[in-house]
Amino acid sequence: MRWFATIALVLWAGAALALDPSEMLADPAQEARARALDHEIRCVKCQSETVASSNADWAQDARRAIREQVAAGASDAEVKAWFVARYGDFVLMDPPKTGANLVLWVAGPLMLLAGLGLAAGAAARRRRLPEPAQPLSEEESARLRDILNRE
Amino acid sequence: MIIELGHFCLILAAVVAAVQAVVPMVGAQRRLPGWMALAGPAATAQFALVAVSFGALTYGFVTSDFSLRLVVLNSHTLKPMLYKVSGVWGNHEGSLLLWVLILSGFGASAAWFGGQLSASLRARVLSVQAAVGVAFYAFILLTSNPFLRLELPPLDGQDLNPLLQDPGLAFHPPFLYLGYVGLSMAFSFAVAALLEGRVDAAWARWVRPWTLAAWLFLTIGIALGSWWAYYELGWGGFWFWDPVENASLMPWLLAAALLHSAIVVEKRETLKAWTILLAILAFGFSLIGTFIVRSGVLTSVHAFANDPERGVFILIILALFMGGALTLFALRAGAMEGKGVFAVESRETALVANNILLAVSAFVVFIGTIWPLIAEMLWDSKLSVGPPFFNVAFTPFIVGLALILPLGAMLPWKRARLGRVAWSVWPLMLLALAVFGLVLVIQTGRSVLAPMGFALGVWVIGGAAVDLARRTGRGDLGARFGRLLRLPGADWGKAVSHAGLGVTVLGVAVLLAWQTEDIRAVEVGAPYNVSGYTVTLKGVEPRIEGPNYLATRAVVEVAKEGRVIAVLRPEKRVYPVARMPTTEAAILNGVFRDLYVVIGDAQAQGGYALQVYVKPFANWIWAGCIIMALGGMLSLMDRRFRVAAGARKARAQVAAQ
Repeated sequence: MRWFATIALVLWAGAALALDPSEMLADPAQEARARALDHEIRCVKCQSETVASSNADWAQDARRAIREQVAAGASDAEVKAWFVARYGDFVLMDPPKTGANLVLWVAGPLMLLAGLGLAAGAAARRRRLPEPAQPLSEEESARLRDILNRE
Repeated sequence: MIIELGHFCLILAAVVAAVQAVVPMVGAQRRLPGWMALAGPAATAQFALVAVSFGALTYGFVTSDFSLRLVVLNSHTLKPMLYKVSGVWGNHEGSLLLWVLILSGFGASAAWFGGQLSASLRARVLSVQAAVGVAFYAFILLTSNPFLRLELPPLDGQDLNPLLQDPGLAFHPPFLYLGYVGLSMAFSFAVAALLEGRVDAAWARWVRPWTLAAWLFLTIGIALGSWWAYYELGWGGFWFWDPVENASLMPWLLAAALLHSAIVVEKRETLKAWTILLAILAFGFSLIGTFIVRSGVLTSVHAFANDPERGVFILIILALFMGGALTLFALRAGAMEGKGVFAVESRETALVANNILLAVSAFVVFIGTIWPLIAEMLWDSKLSVGPPFFNVAFTPFIVGLALILPLGAMLPWKRARLGRVAWSVWPLMLLALAVFGLVLVIQTGRSVLAPMGFALGVWVIGGAAVDLARRTGRGDLGARFGRLLRLPGADWGKAVSHAGLGVTVLGVAVLLAWQTEDIRAVEVGAPYNVSGYTVTLKGVEPRIEGPNYLATRAVVEVAKEGRVIAVLRPEKRVYPVARMPTTEAAILNGVFRDLYVVIGDAQAQGGYALQVYVKPFANWIWAGCIIMALGGMLSLMDRRFRVAAGARKARAQVAAQ
């Protein structure tokens, strides 16, 4: 088991938690803001993870960068702009609401309207057509005769 | 030898499927009874062959046969037996073998229980089902063969990804696949109906139980995956809007829509074309899901199973089946005239609204998932679409759905009076509004999400109860209670699964609004306060040896009002073979809150990092899913009786004539 333990010890260094207390800001209000920003910045070295939950080195560096700027008095928008300038829009979990990206937000409501329109159209068409009278089937006419004869 | 037998059976199954795809179809077109009758035995034989093949691979994993490439890559002699078995489907090749096992299993059960279907419909259904099978057999045998041997077998394997060595995740893929593949039945029935040119109540009565079963399995599969993420990933997230998760949510939403529209076809013989389209799309999204997971085209946490070349193959399968089915739909859907007419105020309209909202929400998930790909292809811009988008764009439709649900569920068919139904639920409306106001006042200044969650939960759960109560009619309490117990399973199923949705909605909203996080460096023996709980790190035991890992375990005492309520033991593990660390959170489960504790690194200035999360109403999320699945089961049990009863009645009528 010795090799087992050796490898384990080597690996242990990487087994960090996402956010370590030593990274955190002393001012709770500032730390809360930084923590909220953690959830909006993507870890670009990871897969669909924010820097809030990733324990990759890149995410740790990103959290440090966020906290340095927050401590220096930067606004949320300024911190995000800092990341976008370096890593592009990819680094934001929420894509910028400009240009073609607007399709994302209007697609759902537009489709809802289209669906409602189609349904209303179909309903209107149906109301114009009277319900077609169905001729009785053999069996039904037989039953009708039975009932009529009985009386 | 056994491995080669498995390999051979898989090839044979592919051949049988090819025959089953062609012969009965030709038979149905030309009205050749012998050719049509081939479908049943072929489906059974195909299933038996795949089952042997799957058994052979399982045998390879259980006996750690390291001459198999797949076993070397995904197993290890030290791995516990449960994970040796779950290792069979914990990888790309094996999971596809599970996929075709389930596909042929559904085909075989349609052959076994489909005796009441008309011969040509049955032949066509089984033939379409086999055609889907052929595509996947070809995929496995040409690009992802699980039975490849190694010339020089190594002494031991490389182990399964430790994150996957977990009971929750061992059973997550099979359930998910049962759901995905179950929708293939709806697809086969839809295509067969288009070929027949006929959709009627009997058709819907067949499609509904299969869709219901698929939806039920998807619900359980998604819930298991979400629950696993909650306790295993180390910070209590339960849904990440990750492409792979979205891939399972889209078919779930569409299956839910299909379930409801099939009721309209069955009861009122209308919405036929739309139901067919939904059935095709629901399976289409299952294929898209498979494509997303297996190709890794959208990078995600689940990328342990990706390969671009295989992605192209699945894309071709997707294009072939969706293109074919949708073309057929365009040609034939016009012939599907609806019979029943209905007024604006009716159950039918409510179900149309349900379908629109579910379809739109699935579409929103789809566009959000696929958008990074579109943006990169068209404008060469790399961007991310994450939780902030989905929370804003997806949630309103679900809120809308929850708002109309209780009213829609109680509206009578054909022609209803909305005012009358509203009259019977006004006390419930008042209660929901009162709860909203009360929570809003209590929580002071926090997000409006929690009051909304509570109010919607009360509205939907209460609505389900009122629905059941209304079905018992009038009279004294004893008689009504008796009638309540005798209500058909479908009525119970409907109320129970609607209530389950309410429970989940409540859990999600309240957890997101009220959860708290506390991260700090902690000295051993120094108590501190987190949201009313006194937390003390009692000690840390290093180097605990597990079967295939080493762990550091912390002992954390939690007290409330001076009384110790729990001793939690969170762990940090390292799997040396896979060279991966994992965190094992310790969770104190409760009905109204979870206490979630994670141990971190030793600190430079002494002590340890400790994370404590308070997660209110967390368990309601998965409890709601279980309740939804339970409702599905209740309804399914009823269906079996009714299908059988309907058949008996039909036979009796034939005999009487």
